[in-house]
Amino acid sequence: MVEIYKGGIPVIEVLDRWYSEFKDGYGAMIPFIGIVRRDKGIDGLSFDLYLPMLNEWFKKWENLPDAKIVMAHSFGDVRVGESSFLCAVFTKHREEGFRYIKEFVEDFKANAPIWKYDLVNGKRIFAKDRAKILKGAGLLED
Amino acid sequence: MVKVEFLGPIQKEPIEVDVKNLKELKEVLNKDEELKEWLRVSAVGVNDKIVTNLDTPLKDGDRVVILPPVCGG
Repeated sequence: MVEIYKGGIPVIEVLDRWYSEFKDGYGAMIPFIGIVRRDKGIDGLSFDLYLPMLNEWFKKWENLPDAKIVMAHSFGDVRVGESSFLCAVFTKHREEGFRYIKEFVEDFKANAPIWKYDLVNGKRIFAKDRAKILKGAGLLED
Repeated sequence: MVKVEFLGPIQKEPIEVDVKNLKELKEVLNKDEELKEWLRVSAVGVNDKIVTNLDTPLKDGDRVVILPPVCGG
C-alpha cells in the first residue's frame, strides 16, 4: 500500500520509521526525496490521486523477491520546499538498489494515476506539459 | 446502469449510462464536445483495471474511469 499524506510529507520521520522497520537483512537503503522546487512564480504544487489503481500499480513493486520498496505521496496542496513524493529501496547490495530505484521512479512517473497542478495565486493549473499519456490512451476517441 | 467517473483535471461530475459495451459508451461520451479533447489522450479503466479493447462488455453496476495523462512526484 502507498502511504498517503494530505500536504507535504514529514520526510525525516517517515524515512526514520522505514529504516527501523525494514533494515534487518538488507545492506543498502536508497531513498529518493522529491522536493517541490521554486519555479516560475509557483507557490507550490497540488495533486489528485486515484487510490484504488495507485495501489494496484504499486503491487508489482512491493512484492519483489530481492528488494523491499516503500513509497509515500501527497494529495492536495504542497508548498515550495516541501516533499510530495518519497520512496526507498532496500536491497542486499547497492548495485541492484540503484537499478531498482531508477526503474521504479521511471515507472512511477509514467504510470501512477496521479495528477499534478501548479499552484499560482491560489489557483490550480493542470501541469499538462509535464503529464504523460498512459498506455492504451485514446480508446474512446471518435 | 454503468457509472462513469472522470479523474484528475477533467472537470466533470460522474454520470450513469445504460450501455452494453465500451463501443456504446464511446458514442455517448463523444456527444460531449468538451470531453472529446480528453478522450483523445485518456486511458480507460473498467472496475479499476486498464482496458484496451472496445468490445469490452459492460454490465449493470460496472464502474468506468477515464484517466487523463498522469504526472506524479
